Amino acid sequence: MARSSRSLGLFIVARLILAVPMVLILLTVVFLLMRVAPGDPVSAALGAHLSEAQLEQRRAAAGFDRPLIVQYGDYLGGVATGDFGRTITDNRSITQILVDNGGATLTLTVAALLVAVILGLPLGLWAARRRDKWDDLVIRLFGIVTFAAPVFFVGLLLQLLFGKTLGWLPTSGQAAPIVAPTVPEKTHILLLDAALSGDWSAFDDVFRHLILPAVSLGLLVTGVLIRLSRVNVIQTMRSDYVEAARARGIREGAVVVRHALRNALVPVITVTGLQVALLLGGAVLTEETFNWPGVGNQLVSYLNGRDYTAVQGLITVFALVVVVVSLLIDIVNALVDPRIRY
Amino acid sequence: MSAIPAAEAAPTRGAGPNPPPDARRTGRRFAALRSARGVPRALLLVGTVMTAVFVVLAVFAPLIAPYGFDQYTDGGHRFAKLAGPSAQHLFGTTVQSVDVLSRVVFGARTALEVVVLAVVFSVLIGVPLGLLSGYFGGLLDRFLVLVMDALFAFPYLLLAIVIAFLLSNVVIGGGVVTTALAITVIYVPQYFRVVRASTLSAREATYVEAARAMGAPARTVISRYLFVNVVHSVPVIATLNAADAILTLAGLGFLGYGIQPTEAAEWGYDLQRAIADAGAGIWWTALYPGLAITLLVIALTLVGEGLNEVVNPALRRSRSRPVRLPARPERKAADR
Repeated sequence: MARSSRSLGLFIVARLILAVPMVLILLTVVFLLMRVAPGDPVSAALGAHLSEAQLEQRRAAAGFDRPLIVQYGDYLGGVATGDFGRTITDNRSITQILVDNGGATLTLTVAALLVAVILGLPLGLWAARRRDKWDDLVIRLFGIVTFAAPVFFVGLLLQLLFGKTLGWLPTSGQAAPIVAPTVPEKTHILLLDAALSGDWSAFDDVFRHLILPAVSLGLLVTGVLIRLSRVNVIQTMRSDYVEAARARGIREGAVVVRHALRNALVPVITVTGLQVALLLGGAVLTEETFNWPGVGNQLVSYLNGRDYTAVQGLITVFALVVVVVSLLIDIVNALVDPRIRY
Repeated sequence: MSAIPAAEAAPTRGAGPNPPPDARRTGRRFAALRSARGVPRALLLVGTVMTAVFVVLAVFAPLIAPYGFDQYTDGGHRFAKLAGPSAQHLFGTTVQSVDVLSRVVFGARTALEVVVLAVVFSVLIGVPLGLLSGYFGGLLDRFLVLVMDALFAFPYLLLAIVIAFLLSNVVIGGGVVTTALAITVIYVPQYFRVVRASTLSAREATYVEAARAMGAPARTVISRYLFVNVVHSVPVIATLNAADAILTLAGLGFLGYGIQPTEAAEWGYDLQRAIADAGAGIWWTALYPGLAITLLVIALTLVGEGLNEVVNPALRRSRSRPVRLPARPERKAADR
């Protein structure tokens, strides 16, 4: 026991150490991308509005007049201490953007994952049980279609159907304009704040705003989940322990749920976690479609403002999120499956 | 990053353990195509036909589309603004009075141009890099693997956005080539990894050793012996990437970093404009471009997966076993 926990500790340490060059390369790629561009960030963002002297002053203030290698060191040092820089156009710190808008993106992505799991797992299971029958084919085609349809197209269709034709659900923003200011800010996650404040009409409003964006983004991942859970259930259904369970006379339903599904879930959870890159890209598009006040929405507006440092900071954060999530998944996997060790 | 390579391992494996060089391989491949039966065959056929329809639309766009992609007048009078589908405008018109059907048809042309360019670029960059990296190993290999892993770990749409943003700001402005380049960056790592992995194992094969023993220079070994044995996985990845690239192109257009509207018709851009229309209950500006994207992506996915099943010997054998292994969907999922 002591031995296995030591090797687990080793695994986690090794995994962390391995992540360091990865992060370093990612940061370097981001930095180089943003700086290979001729011209400087300040005049790109503000060139139209300020005089040359003012631009020069801004450049000096932001440190863009220093050698590139110094700026690079500065950037790495900043990231290491959790400082992702400040925007040029409105001098906000990236951290502030994350605090203000991160909650909305977090709500959206978590809700989307929930939608995907609630839809994808049962459908995948059903398709596996009814393998090669017509309903299997229908479910698989549904999976392909949800993956093939761009998330913003699905979003627009949902807006047209549920927002306009049926008039059931709101289609823009995170809450009605009169509701949002009434919710006291505690966690910066509007849904949670509304629940914490005990204002259930506000909670209801925020929740209804969440449904369509979450379903649009969730459907994107649903297709992946259907495929994965279907394949994994089919594979585990062929294994010896399932055969053994059947031989003991356990009902087929119980065999599927208690024996096959459990074991099939492990790889499904892993790969679902790896969809975080897909989810983040999709979130940017979903936020744009539903005017959702998240980080992706901010990223797009800073892109349009040609604010290099804002884009650099936000992209850095997105990249770090992906690395951290995949790190966590590896560690969780190692905890669950003792075969994964160094 | 051990997690992400694990997800990527599937396509590598699926792409096939290197079969020996064999002149009859092509022949067998066609035999496999003929022997593909039932649902997979039907899906492959449906995908091929759908793709062909889009190719025809793209090539003959000026003949098929009733109007130009940015044409808003005809015979001196302006088209109605946001008019619903009618005999004159089958798919209705946009807020700029442009015929939606014409934009959808010309959009196929743009999509095809960008995707073909992007796939060609990424094959041209990814395959040689993978070959060199896998064959020579050493520092170059380590460095390339690190960079490619980093690029692969990046949220790919964001990567494309940043590249498109930089290119359009600086170099050439947003055009077909710029957009294709932005998409290329996302897919190079996939070709690199798959080709490098097959090169690594093919390098140890006896026939390569023999070639080297006879004093063949690296260039000959790579181009004559390794190349043919590692490229067989490329068509499958290319088709699946093409499907993905359509979505990326649309995503870029949707965020305003794709093709400029005056330059060509682009479905993603049209959907961006359709957000405002959707609020007013106007459905035709969103439905048709969106359907075009979805159908083309489905078509390419079906072709890619069908090809995978036909070309991939491991999958083929498993299909003829009494217990069938449906490895196909897993590969697709892991590939994303």
